[in-house]
Amino acid sequence: MLITCPYCGPRDVIEYTYQGDGNRERPDPASQNFEAWNAYVYDRLNPAGDHNEIWQHSGGCRAHLRVVRNTLTHEISSVAFASGDHHAPAARRKAEDKP
Amino acid sequence: MSPRRTDIGGRIDRLKTIRFTFDGVAYTGHAGDTLASALLAKGVTLFGRSFKYHRPRGVLTAGVEEPNALVTVLKGEVREPNLPATMVEIHDGLVAVSQNRFPSLAWDVNAINQLGGKILSAGFYYKTFMGPVFGPLKGTRFWMFCEHFIRRAAGLGRAGSAKDPARYERMNAFCDVLVVGSGPAGMMAAKAAADQGARVILADLEPRFGGSANWSGETIDGAAATDWVRRTVVQLEARDNVRLLPRTTVWGYYDNNTLAALERVSDHKEQPAKGEPRHRYWAIRAKSVVIAAGAFERPLVFPGNDRPGVMLAHAAERYANEFGVLPGERIALFTNNDSAYRAALALKKAGAAIVAIADVRPEISGEMHKLAMEAEAEVLAGHAVVATEGGKALSGLKVQRFDMVTGALSGDARSIHADCLLMSGGWSPTIHLASQAGARAEWNAARQAFLPPKPTPNSALQRWIGAGAFNGSFSTIEAIAEGRAAGLAAAGGTAAPAALPTVEPAPGNPDPAPVFEIKAKGKAFVDFQHDVTSEDVRLAHREGFVSVEHLKRYTTLGMATDQGKSSNVPGLSIMAEALGKPIPEVGTTRFRPPFAPVSIGSLAAERFGDLKPERLTPMHDWHTANGATMYSAGLWYRPMIYGLSGETIEQAYVREARATRESAGIVDVSTLGKIAVQGPDAAQFLDRVYTNMFSTLAVGKARYGLMLREDGFAFDDGTTWRLGEQDFLMTTTTANAGKVMQHLEYFLDVIWPDLRVHVTSVTDEWAGAAIGGPKARAILASCVTGTAVDNAALPFMGIVHGEIAGASVMICRLSFSGEMAFEVYSGAGHGTHVWEALIEAGKPFGLVTYGLEALGTMRIEKGHVTGAEIDGRTTARDLHLDWMLSKKKPFIGSAMMDREGLVASDRLELVGLIALDNRPLNGGAHIVEELDEANPHGSIGHITACCYSPALGKHIALALVKGGKARHGSRAHVSDPLRNRFGPVEIVSNHFYDPEGTRMHG
Repeated sequence: MLITCPYCGPRDVIEYTYQGDGNRERPDPASQNFEAWNAYVYDRLNPAGDHNEIWQHSGGCRAHLRVVRNTLTHEISSVAFASGDHHAPAARRKAEDKP
Repeated sequence: MSPRRTDIGGRIDRLKTIRFTFDGVAYTGHAGDTLASALLAKGVTLFGRSFKYHRPRGVLTAGVEEPNALVTVLKGEVREPNLPATMVEIHDGLVAVSQNRFPSLAWDVNAINQLGGKILSAGFYYKTFMGPVFGPLKGTRFWMFCEHFIRRAAGLGRAGSAKDPARYERMNAFCDVLVVGSGPAGMMAAKAAADQGARVILADLEPRFGGSANWSGETIDGAAATDWVRRTVVQLEARDNVRLLPRTTVWGYYDNNTLAALERVSDHKEQPAKGEPRHRYWAIRAKSVVIAAGAFERPLVFPGNDRPGVMLAHAAERYANEFGVLPGERIALFTNNDSAYRAALALKKAGAAIVAIADVRPEISGEMHKLAMEAEAEVLAGHAVVATEGGKALSGLKVQRFDMVTGALSGDARSIHADCLLMSGGWSPTIHLASQAGARAEWNAARQAFLPPKPTPNSALQRWIGAGAFNGSFSTIEAIAEGRAAGLAAAGGTAAPAALPTVEPAPGNPDPAPVFEIKAKGKAFVDFQHDVTSEDVRLAHREGFVSVEHLKRYTTLGMATDQGKSSNVPGLSIMAEALGKPIPEVGTTRFRPPFAPVSIGSLAAERFGDLKPERLTPMHDWHTANGATMYSAGLWYRPMIYGLSGETIEQAYVREARATRESAGIVDVSTLGKIAVQGPDAAQFLDRVYTNMFSTLAVGKARYGLMLREDGFAFDDGTTWRLGEQDFLMTTTTANAGKVMQHLEYFLDVIWPDLRVHVTSVTDEWAGAAIGGPKARAILASCVTGTAVDNAALPFMGIVHGEIAGASVMICRLSFSGEMAFEVYSGAGHGTHVWEALIEAGKPFGLVTYGLEALGTMRIEKGHVTGAEIDGRTTARDLHLDWMLSKKKPFIGSAMMDREGLVASDRLELVGLIALDNRPLNGGAHIVEELDEANPHGSIGHITACCYSPALGKHIALALVKGGKARHGSRAHVSDPLRNRFGPVEIVSNHFYDPEGTRMHG
């Protein structure tokens, strides 16, 4: 499996660490809504098809990425920084610039 | 020259004699021989005993699909079992032995199993090993007792227990076009793609490129096919955009066009070259793949089809043409298709007598009659073989009239005298890689075979094109045309500049008759390696199995090391007939990697042995030079003890711990995880990450912190030092350093991207030495300059900056040992310098170095927790760390930590144990209320860490026990049946030593 890191280009999955389901919504830290916390910590969709996931490029730039991966084919339809534009570097290289 | 060896022909070098042994008998062969060809040349017919019935078995094939002739190769103490003799290249000194026989191959006591064939039918284990048995071996014990003997009687080769000294390596490769298989199709594909300028890898599992061209006897471009191949290989070798990989099995097809291959680099050599690995694992990323993997010939299913001397027709043709070996002198053939006639003629030309060709088809074409006439063979059209005769070698066979439509036999059986019977049941394309890539095979009624689907718009994840026999195009003309087209398409080219190499059209129709089985009396084998007969398949059907996947599991058809390469289609056809359904409706099982067995060593490669990475502290060399016994902890190496001569481990750590408590000791703590947490929001971030407050921590002070996971369980602990308003240095446990770093990064990156905080791993930037004991402060005072270290300047949890022997140091007064102690940090490059200065300064004070054992002993005495107690199942309360759970703020895990199950009163809690019998305790031992050595039960907890405590003079332990504190002062027992350690203990507080902390506060 290849994941195209917005910083580093296409890299083997061996460089990445799976950091969990990207659909989770963390409740307000002060919230005592146990149902919401339980859903956040334990409930997972496990879809057969596109899945929104968080991956960290742990063997590279260490950025966290939001990856949409098809769980049946491993096809990756989108990769973006998990933190939105927070990490977007000024001189960001386009993925296709890399061999 | 042996009588079975022809005078000319083949790839072997008759001038080079090679000596090897098989079952202790010395043989000779020639360079280029496989073990199978060399033994066949010497007239050996018996290669092994079958899996279940211990029937004598010979060689069935000439290649990777061999199910029968499996051998074990011995290299010194190392044994490699289950190698097909057809794939073992002989070399001087090769030692091979046969398998699954006792006491010898020729005389096997378990051959009596053949008489019990009715009992050992499909599902034998499922039917037999159930139901109650009474008496002394009641319940499953009786069956477990039987299993020992059955496992010995049934099976394959025995794995060795000696350590494998061979080296393995892994290569990552990238190419535009990977060509799998180097027959005429693969050869043309590689050449066409290379001519387009594409980067090409050509892999073939055989030692020599060429595939069928090595034995077909055909003429390509006016030259012998073997010469055409050699010429083409020379052309490819000369190109720098082509990599040729012989002896390389492409065994896995994964997504993104990543393929896995195993190159057998030096198995065929007496001695590998210096530094040469035994196997090389190739991870190949190919833009596209040309699969030219060819096809496997199928056996026919008839009684006695497994007798030594019965062989596939093309295999015999290969032995004759490629190795110059005749598998028999009087050869009969049995076929349902035309390809066997060419084999007959080839063997005739090589010097064998062809006594008869039995063909299930009533009508044979004129072309085939002509080939038979040239081979001087009698053609028995509309006949089938119904029996074979002989023991360890074939002596003859019986044929009978056969009606292809009804399957009925008629007329009298006729005996034919022959020492070799060749069979051909049609061909099955080697679709394994395409199947792994997700393609659904399609049944082709004309070819009577599963073919890969025609190239469809391939997904971006799997781009492959088939060519040649893999596509069901069995002629060399088609292979050459399809190979070039595939090579061009894979390279993205369209031009077809030159004319195709010319090939004489081979006579014959590629379509076999739809006959797979002859139903006559006697065992007819479908899966030779797992001893599955046609009757087993029908039995499975009668017992209600309708799915092909269930059939496979119930009969074990296709589940042996050959993965049913020769048996899948015959097995399916018999099942289809029993079900009354056409084959495509029964379907085929999907192939999974690996295509052929893969050495585990090749997968581990450099992660094992000399090249495994290791982490060393800055003071590592000092430790090893000063008597430390090193201990590996993850990738780290840490001193375990600094033993004096004659000391046991226990004597050493007891001496080190006692000296530390009496005067002073020093330990290397550089392995602790260290993370710089910096930025305007650093304090706020730490408040969210730790259960306790850090925003209130003064600059120049440190605090012990605890982290939970989101689910409320304890995660890690350590001290964090506030070096500046926005500058913290966090320490973590050695084992969790990486995990904590990722945890922090995840929250900063994904959950709180608005926090202005940077985290940086600085573990390797700092060298750390912890010095503790009643004299520790005096030692520091004698060597530290630039700062005072007295109680006013350096109170408990205080931090000062100064110098030791000219090097800058940062000193924090904190204690793990329970003594007055200080952690001295310096830049990693100054680590040994500072360490040596401290050792020197400590000499007048009796300072000792201590290792992990003494460190562990002192922490157990103090009741501090480590990873043994923070094991992912314990909470802060379980570890009596609830005083650290702030109620003033939310933190990671705060919402989940008060769940019902996490605050229950019967949870395992941290306690201390004292052995009342004054004997050592063991980690992992269970704690029980009532001792029952005969039937251990009733665990109320377990020991997490133990030691002999020099401070208490007792054997003590930390344990997690139900009820915890409520049991302080009560008695229980350790129950450790594995190590036969039982005995009384007293449950006490985990704070064994100086519970008030007067020593460390000073």
